[in-house]
Order: sequence, then C-alpha cells, then structure tokens
Amino acid sequence: MSAGHTHELYRPADTPVHHLPPQCKLVAVLVFVLVVVATPRDQFWAFAVYALALCAVAAVAHVPAGVVVRRMTVELPFVAFALLLPFVASGERVDVLGLSLSAHGLLGAWNVLAKGTIGVVASILLAATTEPRTLLLGLERLNMPALIVQIMSFMFRYAEVITGEMHRMRIARESRGFQARDLRQLRAVAQSAGALFIRSYERGERVHLAMLSRGYAGSMPVVVDVRAGAAQWGAAGLLPLVALVVAVTAWSLK
Amino acid sequence: MHVPDGFIDAPVSVGAGLVAAAGVAVCLRGARRELDDRTAPMAGLVAAFIFAVQMLNFPVAAGTSGHLLGGALAAILVGPYTGALCVAVVLLVQALFFADGGITALGVNVVNMSLVTVLVGYLVFKLLLAVLPRSRRSVIASSFVAALVSVPVASLSFVLFYALGGTTDVPLGKVLAAMVGVHVLIGIGEAFITALTVGSVLAARPDLVRGARGVTPTLQLRPSAAPIAG
Repeated sequence: MSAGHTHELYRPADTPVHHLPPQCKLVAVLVFVLVVVATPRDQFWAFAVYALALCAVAAVAHVPAGVVVRRMTVELPFVAFALLLPFVASGERVDVLGLSLSAHGLLGAWNVLAKGTIGVVASILLAATTEPRTLLLGLERLNMPALIVQIMSFMFRYAEVITGEMHRMRIARESRGFQARDLRQLRAVAQSAGALFIRSYERGERVHLAMLSRGYAGSMPVVVDVRAGAAQWGAAGLLPLVALVVAVTAWSLK
Repeated sequence: MHVPDGFIDAPVSVGAGLVAAAGVAVCLRGARRELDDRTAPMAGLVAAFIFAVQMLNFPVAAGTSGHLLGGALAAILVGPYTGALCVAVVLLVQALFFADGGITALGVNVVNMSLVTVLVGYLVFKLLLAVLPRSRRSVIASSFVAALVSVPVASLSFVLFYALGGTTDVPLGKVLAAMVGVHVLIGIGEAFITALTVGSVLAARPDLVRGARGVTPTLQLRPSAAPIAG
C-alpha cells in the first residue's frame, strides 16, 4: 500500500459533512438509526421524512445517488427474506394481485425493509464521508477501548492484503485447471484457507516484530487529534434531532 | 446472515448491545492473556483472515453456494477469547464501514455470531477432544462436530432474540423451524470446511492450532550427531 492511499469506500470531497469530527458523525448515525428503529411502522409518512433527510445529507456531502444504490446491494439477501414475509406470516389475509397475503406480513415486510434500508443508507453515507482512519479515531474518542481500535485498524489495513492473497490463490488454483463444481472440491478450497491462515498468522508475527523495532510499547502514537466543539456537535445533531421530532410526532399521532 | 436494523425492536437491540459489550470486554481480557503485547497485530491479522475467508464461496447444490462464518474455526485455531474478539471486530468493521449488518443490530449480531458460536464451538471441541484418543484424526473429527453444532445453536440464539423483540408477526414455531433447518444445512458446509482447514493447518504448522495443543508432540531442537565440517 503506497502513501496517500485512500480506501475505495471513502469519497474525498470538501463539504461540511466531510469536515465534521468523526465522533459526532458516529453518534449522530447511531442515534438516528435507533430513533428510526423505534418509530411505529404504520406511520408511513415518518419514513418518507427520514429518507428525505438522508437525501439532504447525501446532497450536502456530494455523494452521488449511484454510489449509494450500488453499495446498497449488500442488503439484497435480506430483501429476499423480507419479500417472503407476506406469504408466511399469520393473521388476516388480503388479496393483492390475486395472491392471498397476510396483512401483518405485508406490514412486517414494509417495516423491515424501510428500517433496514434507512439504516444501510445512513451507514453508507457515514463511510463515504469519513476516512476509515479518522473513523477509528472517532471511536477512540468515544471511549472505545484503545486495544479494540488498534485491532480494528490492523484488520482494516490488512483486509485488502489478505483478500488479495486469497484472490491470487484462487487464480493459481484455476490456472492449474481447478474448478469448484460441488462439495467434492471443498478439500482444495479448505487447503487454501489453511495456507491463508498460516500466512496471515506469520504476517502478524512479522508486523509485531516490525512494530517492536520501531519502539511499540502497547499503544499507538497519536498523530492527529480530532476534537469537537459545541458547534460541530450541534451541526451533527441536526439529523438525529429531525428524526427525533418526527418520531415523537409519529408516536403521538398513533 | 447479518441481522439488519429494524428486525429486532429498539429495547432488545440495546439490551443485546450491553450483553455484547460485556462479552467483548471479557474476550479482550482473555485475548491479552493469550497473546500479551502481540494482541493488536495478531488479533488484527486473524480478523483480516476471517474477513477474507468469509468471502470464500463454495458451491453446495443446485446453484446455491455457502460461505464460512468462521466462529468455530477461529476458536480452534487461535483460542476462544481471541477467536470471539476477532469475529466481533469483523462484525464491527462490516457494520461501520461496509453497511453489512445494522448498527443498532450490532449487539444481536455479535452475541449470535461471535459469542455464542465461539463458546458452543469451543466447548464441543474441548469436550470431544477430552473423550477421544489423542490423535490428529480426533482433532479433525472434533472440529467437524464443533462447527456442525455451533451454527444451528447460533440460529437458536437468534430465535431467542426474535421471541423477545421480533418486529414481524411470523409465528415463533415457523421461525424456529426455518432458521434451524437452514442453519443445519449451513452447519454441514461449515463443518466440512472447518475440519478440512484445521486438518491442513495441522499438517503444515501443528503449533498454530491452539485447540490441539498437547495432542500432537511438540518439535524439539536436538544437536546433530554428525560432526560439523570445519
């Protein structure tokens, strides 16, 4: 990994959202999603307001809709599951397009899909506007144990190295004529996984020695400090505040 | 499957978050004992390995493919505390950076896929190893059963959360049957790949399989009998 390497998840830009301290954004997203999850599901308008609020954040942060939609594919397995709900849930049945569906199931599917999608989009916006390194600093600021943050940063830093290694192993297997057709070919894949574990573990040992030779004594040096003032907390609090007002209104209308 | 936001209601999600935080704190202390000052880089690299290996797909049948969850594998290879910690870190990174698994559902996901899977997998592994004869084959057989059991039990723990705070009206019996049914199948795939992977590590570097310590003889340095040519 060369210097100045930025992760593909992060979309660098010069916007107010990018400039917010990471800890403010983390808390804002967490509170926002919690409020969304706690909103009664039959208040459909509330979810429209949440979606609009997220669109506004995306617009301010210059995150194109295409990027968000492409990353939303992570949600797909679960969409398939939600679509099954109206067929298996109990309760009174309603006829939609000639299909007998459970009314509760329809509402349940809507509930899961709406809340899940809003949660996914909020996380995507967080990752797109915050550099991974700074996001980890934000976690540390929020009193996440330093050791966990260090492990996360190592995992994040080497995830691409290890997946790259796995990818090369696959190319090596396939260039020798290997084709994974069914479970019988599992042995070869598992042997690659075993080799990958040994390589990862040994790389960890080398990284540790390299750190020791550079004076590592249990904690990482703080290079940049991210502090947040009241104004920044206020700006980041806008999104959860809007959501909170909407949720309280939705509850009182119910 | 990573549980998304909105599937489990807010109070139960928060409660699960507290349980997960306590569990991870215990694992952190245990991992420090297992790894001392090597904790950060070693656990980080093992977590990166689990992250990578979860993307390893293998065809199962009729166009469907399975992938490894890795809880039992991690526990057997690096020990229960480090294993659970690494899986929890993978889930944390997936939720925060990749939007995979909801942020509010993080507690539920950590309890199911990290704490329960590792605990059950490791207990089954150790119990079997205690009764089976000490050999390579027993280690592989025990890891097979450990992985096989750990996945459906994790799905049971999901059903428990669903019973406490599920937001959909699917009857509990149906959820139980569907979740456990599907996860028994996933567990079989998990069992095969876990056992084969443990076997291949055992063949190359038996010292790196923490769960099998004391089963295989440790290698010793011995001075050579032949005189050194000078």
